Amino acid sequence: MKKLLLGNEAVARGAYEAGVKVATAYPGTPSTEITECIASYDEIYAEWSPNEKVALEVAIGSAISGARAIVSMKHVGLNVAADPLFTVAYTGVNAGLVIVVADDPGMHSSQNEQNTRYYGMAANIPVLEPADSQEAKDFVVLAFDISEKYDTPVILRMTTRVSHSQSIVELCEPERQKLKEYEKDVSKYVMMPAMAKARHVAVEERMKRLGRDSNTISINKIELNDKAIGIITSGIAYQYVKEVFHTASILKLGMVYPFPDELIREFAAKVDRLYVIEELEPFIEEHVKGMGLDIHSGGMFSIQGELSGNIIYSSITNKDLELRPKADIPGRPPVLCPGCPHRGVYSVIKKLKLHAAGDIGCYTLGALPPLEGIDTCICMGASVGMVHGMEKARGRDEAKKWIGVIGDSTFIHSGITGLIDIIYNKGMSTVAILDNSTTGMTGHQDHPATGKTIKGEPAPVLNLVELIHAIGVEHIEVVDPYDIERTEEVLKEEVQREEPSVIIFSRPCALLTKERKKPFVVNQDKCRHCNMCLGIACPAIVRNDKKISIDDTLCNGCGLCANVCRFNAIERLVD
Amino acid sequence: MYVDLMQLKGWLIKMGTTNILIVGVGGQGTLLTSRIIGSLAMELGYDVKLSEVHGMAQRGGSVVTHVKFGDKIFSPLIEVGKADIIIAFEKLEALRWLHYLSDTGVIIVNDQKIDPLPVILGIAQYPHDVLDRIREGSSKCIVIDALSIAKGLGNDRVLNTVLLGVLANQLDIPIEVWLKAVEENVPSSTIEINKRAFMEGYNQ
Repeated sequence: MKKLLLGNEAVARGAYEAGVKVATAYPGTPSTEITECIASYDEIYAEWSPNEKVALEVAIGSAISGARAIVSMKHVGLNVAADPLFTVAYTGVNAGLVIVVADDPGMHSSQNEQNTRYYGMAANIPVLEPADSQEAKDFVVLAFDISEKYDTPVILRMTTRVSHSQSIVELCEPERQKLKEYEKDVSKYVMMPAMAKARHVAVEERMKRLGRDSNTISINKIELNDKAIGIITSGIAYQYVKEVFHTASILKLGMVYPFPDELIREFAAKVDRLYVIEELEPFIEEHVKGMGLDIHSGGMFSIQGELSGNIIYSSITNKDLELRPKADIPGRPPVLCPGCPHRGVYSVIKKLKLHAAGDIGCYTLGALPPLEGIDTCICMGASVGMVHGMEKARGRDEAKKWIGVIGDSTFIHSGITGLIDIIYNKGMSTVAILDNSTTGMTGHQDHPATGKTIKGEPAPVLNLVELIHAIGVEHIEVVDPYDIERTEEVLKEEVQREEPSVIIFSRPCALLTKERKKPFVVNQDKCRHCNMCLGIACPAIVRNDKKISIDDTLCNGCGLCANVCRFNAIERLVD
Repeated sequence: MYVDLMQLKGWLIKMGTTNILIVGVGGQGTLLTSRIIGSLAMELGYDVKLSEVHGMAQRGGSVVTHVKFGDKIFSPLIEVGKADIIIAFEKLEALRWLHYLSDTGVIIVNDQKIDPLPVILGIAQYPHDVLDRIREGSSKCIVIDALSIAKGLGNDRVLNTVLLGVLANQLDIPIEVWLKAVEENVPSSTIEINKRAFMEGYNQ
């Protein structure tokens, strides 16, 4: 049977067909749908883990104990999971272990553009790179075979355009996988120096064997056509190449690490001019150059952003395609949704002229004008540690102008340890947890404080107040961020406090509740055109010349605009 | 059910591939529209690829979905200047993506204005001549007030299905095929209203 599947759904299907028993993840665009989709298979245990490190460790536990496991994350998630990653390469696996990492060239929804292929090289782990949904599914199945044959974890590197494109996939029956025997083996699974030294030797031998076998593996293949141009490529770049060079000869690498040196030499010898076409850093290109081969594409492509058929065609043929220019019109940056509970908090932060160390989530959008509510955004959990660092650097008086701002899911992911640091090292920072009861930006995934598992089953609810109290924070306030007066009052008080404090701004995401109350309207007789309401950056508020009105199709009836209007000109619509 | 590519209207046939770009503002329902077209094209026996936007841009930003079908599709993305049809859920977005339209392409524009934040803040102006510029820059432009039609039906969320109806009227694919695709892709409680929305667009 054939089905149109997202690349991510195809990975999930591949896991099902490969007989995976355990699937773990922390949500992150563009990887989220993989595990969401896996959760729909009754045969597979699936979980949202608190973060990627835990997710990988759970998967390692499953694999070593004898059941196939798959763990999925976005590229920056692999930084969090890097600690177990490098050492599970040493221990190897028992049953197969596949680590799916979705990179985001072009940064559609990410804070950097890192390239996971280098992780494979650094950690001595083979990397497979599918180019469409069919390959995504097939490569998962193959990755499990490689994992077990070579006793190694395998990285499946996706990119946004593979993860979030749909193409046709032929579905197969699932394999039945028996639980493998588990045998205690301290020399293999306990990585103390003496054992690890021996395992490092095993790792090198394994990579040599994989390197040799990569010359004949089915997914590294030469498509010989016109020999004037020969292109080495992989992943989504292969599709762009095929789109514009129908007749070129291609060496398509399905396994991008380790490199198939013999196959590369064989291909290079057959073509007149050799090109390497890949997104981001010249990972393959540098290696091919290092082999002493001449490459005509050296430095031709930017290491920033995505490629396209047009970019490849015009670069290689050196032709100006004379494309129509983009219209010069106002941009449309993403914004906090109408009714978003974060909006009120940011409008108060701005009013009080506070600085905020921000974090990763929908609330990062609060950095944009006019709210301009956060000063920094580095990585998951960074807000808490950073606000503490600012206090230690600039002193306690300065600390009263700063807060940390973090979401509920992000706090559980990696904010907790930062808070422990503040307590342990006698800080006085205030941390605001914008608790919207979900993992919002990635599309509403549950987490330990929502009371539901990935499969929708009831789960124990992590009580944030008790947790934070147990860490040692004595001043904890829970505030409804729709209550703008209370929000201001509490923020003012807590930042002045000479002791650490946490404010939990608690209200579910407006998209989650799908609650749409009666919309608001502007009473034109009362409106004094002060533009105060524009300062909350609500997409439902419209200005035509001077006239302010509210778009009733966008308004969700939260009433924040009515709250900030000093002339009571914004009123709830009555029938 | 198989409809030969050659049965499609003349302007649609282009080297065996049909490229449809769907653009709008995050939250308007562009994804559902592309998925309906995709499943329909697959049912007709074509190779199909769709490329979607998830994550940050869905929060009220400019969003685009690429739909390609034909004998064999490689890249999931439509290149600049290669779109046979653009369906724009918002008119400024129509103008933003207009350079993707081919010289012979058709653009379907929902005559709705959603101010982007820079306009709301008064940093930028919403251009007054959006529709004129779209008409100037395209060989065929269809403008429709799908939002009013959807509101008239009692649910502003079905504006995407109204626009799907407009698209369907541009293609010689039997209407039953479209209606079946609509039925299979919308929540079961909204099948009836979506079918009505589709017909409103189709009969425009």
